[in-house]
Amino acid sequence: MDNATPHLPKLALGPVLYYWPRETLLAFYQQMSATPVDIIYLGETVCAKRRSLNTDDWLELAERLTAAGKEVVLSTMALLEAESELKTLRRWCANGRFMVEANDMSAVHLLSGQAPFALGTGINVYNHHTLGFLASLGARRWILPVELSRAALMEIQAQRPAGMETEVFVYGRLPLASSARCFTARYHNLPKDDCQYRCLNDPEGLTVSSREGQAFLTLNGIQTQSAQTGNLLAELAELRALGVDVLRISPQAEGTERVIAAFAAAVRGECDAGESAAMLNAHLPYGACNGYWRGQAGLQQVTAF
Amino acid sequence: MPPPASSTPTRLELVCPAGNLPSLKAAVDHGADAVYIGFRDDTNARHFPGLNFDAKTAAQGVEYAQRRGRRVFVALNTFPQPSGWERWRAAVDRAAELGVDAIIAADISVLDYACRQHPHLPLHLSVQGSATNYEAIRFYHEHFGIRRVVLPRVLALPQVRHVLEHSPVALEVFGFGGLCIMVEGRCLLSSYVTGESPNLCGVCSPAKAVRWQETPQGLETRLNGLLIDRHAPGESAGYPTLCKGRFAVGEQVYYAIEEPTSLNTLELLPELYEMGIAAIKIEGRQRSPAYVSQVTQVWRAAIDACRRHPAGYAPKPEWQRELGKVSEGQQTTLGAYHRRWQ
Repeated sequence: MDNATPHLPKLALGPVLYYWPRETLLAFYQQMSATPVDIIYLGETVCAKRRSLNTDDWLELAERLTAAGKEVVLSTMALLEAESELKTLRRWCANGRFMVEANDMSAVHLLSGQAPFALGTGINVYNHHTLGFLASLGARRWILPVELSRAALMEIQAQRPAGMETEVFVYGRLPLASSARCFTARYHNLPKDDCQYRCLNDPEGLTVSSREGQAFLTLNGIQTQSAQTGNLLAELAELRALGVDVLRISPQAEGTERVIAAFAAAVRGECDAGESAAMLNAHLPYGACNGYWRGQAGLQQVTAF
Repeated sequence: MPPPASSTPTRLELVCPAGNLPSLKAAVDHGADAVYIGFRDDTNARHFPGLNFDAKTAAQGVEYAQRRGRRVFVALNTFPQPSGWERWRAAVDRAAELGVDAIIAADISVLDYACRQHPHLPLHLSVQGSATNYEAIRFYHEHFGIRRVVLPRVLALPQVRHVLEHSPVALEVFGFGGLCIMVEGRCLLSSYVTGESPNLCGVCSPAKAVRWQETPQGLETRLNGLLIDRHAPGESAGYPTLCKGRFAVGEQVYYAIEEPTSLNTLELLPELYEMGIAAIKIEGRQRSPAYVSQVTQVWRAAIDACRRHPAGYAPKPEWQRELGKVSEGQQTTLGAYHRRWQ
């Protein structure tokens, strides 16, 4: 498969990481069904208290998007603590219809030997031995941990298991950490148990800056993201040369359609990837970053060569 | 076949940090039941200059501890990339040759290799393995026969109890020391700012990226150029760990993620004892032998008091004073064990 004529990478839309109201979410996916993304990851992966859609709503949405020609994958929570969360997870994993993306080893455990599954950003795959082990349990797609470099990917790709698809997080604020603490509630001086769902007010999270005004993180409830937007569109030729199968775009409140269109056009060779990347970057409030890909600090934006 | 979970769990085994041989001896001399160490490279999550054990000191340390009936665990708890794999493999073999009592690992490749190559060497799942629930623990138990799991510092006490009730293996929890408030093994904040993280390099907020600078506004601490905090005259300035700086969010400037503080669960001991927690881990392999002596001494006394008479146990004020002295920012917290903290 890898040595055949260079294949076009598929475009994927990652799960929505923010808390958006139900109407916003449904309108967003209505819009997305008309875009050229091939794969859509659905589900709440950050905080179990976010319930704009319940499991049945998600499954119904999954059917609609499937009917619209999308491959739908159900994404699981990254941090599971309560039995109620495990209960939802079990239902998700046993859905029997859609592939599941595991974001915690609990999901890997429940899916092992049961159905083919994908490995999300919550699973640490830093080498081909680990990838091979997970492949033997049924993993069919993995995503490069966002902190790993092109050099590491090159080594893993050289020994990747047969039939394993490789995905790279190519656009969006990078998920960097999860905590028991809700940082949005902390900002509002509220305990997590009485958070009043304040993160509904921040469709792209809360920006954290140094006291000199250098923005560098985004608070998204219990999740911490980068403030800079990861953008590897300018690195498209490298991604393709490494045989990357899937390019993940992480949903943002504004401009996701534009981002998808830019990637789709570049993949089809209809425009210059570097120029398109620069055009996307011009819209970003805190700039772009690609440092991880270059083996440097993640927040850096390094010009190729 | 995974071996059965330990049939005789010693409750509240005291597991102390040893960054070097003097610390190991200090821990053993002051009452640690077990010590955990790392080798002198990036195979462990405290890969700091001048710290850790080479072949000779590791052998001396193992002998010193085991001759006194104490156990030695080796942390091999970072995530090898393909180019470094040989180092981790060799480290597992070295630990086995040393006759250590357990390996503490996180990455699947390391656990898999250790379990196949050295089936009699007990494995503990490191806190870096991010197992916060019993389904995840079952995964590691089923495939690698882990005997114990170290829980990330994100669970409230009732959640710890729930995990324990369903876990196939014994639980170790953090009792004292520097407080990671993110799920360990999945925190990339440090590499985002400095290029180096626990998973990649065995360091968080690495010393080589730190700058201290006196300015007219006060003492500034920076990490790879990013201003982490600015301290007014007279205000004590701690090590600039990324998640413990003062930052601006909206109009507020505050500790947006966490204050410079240490975890201290001395007052939770009776509950941890009663629910059957197998071991208490003390953080701090990067700290001095004096820290290790002091903290080990206090925790030895506390655990003994708790075991003798759990119902009547209360932490002594002098214990809390001693621990306060060696805590970050001289303050302590119950962290996530206490729901309100979350």
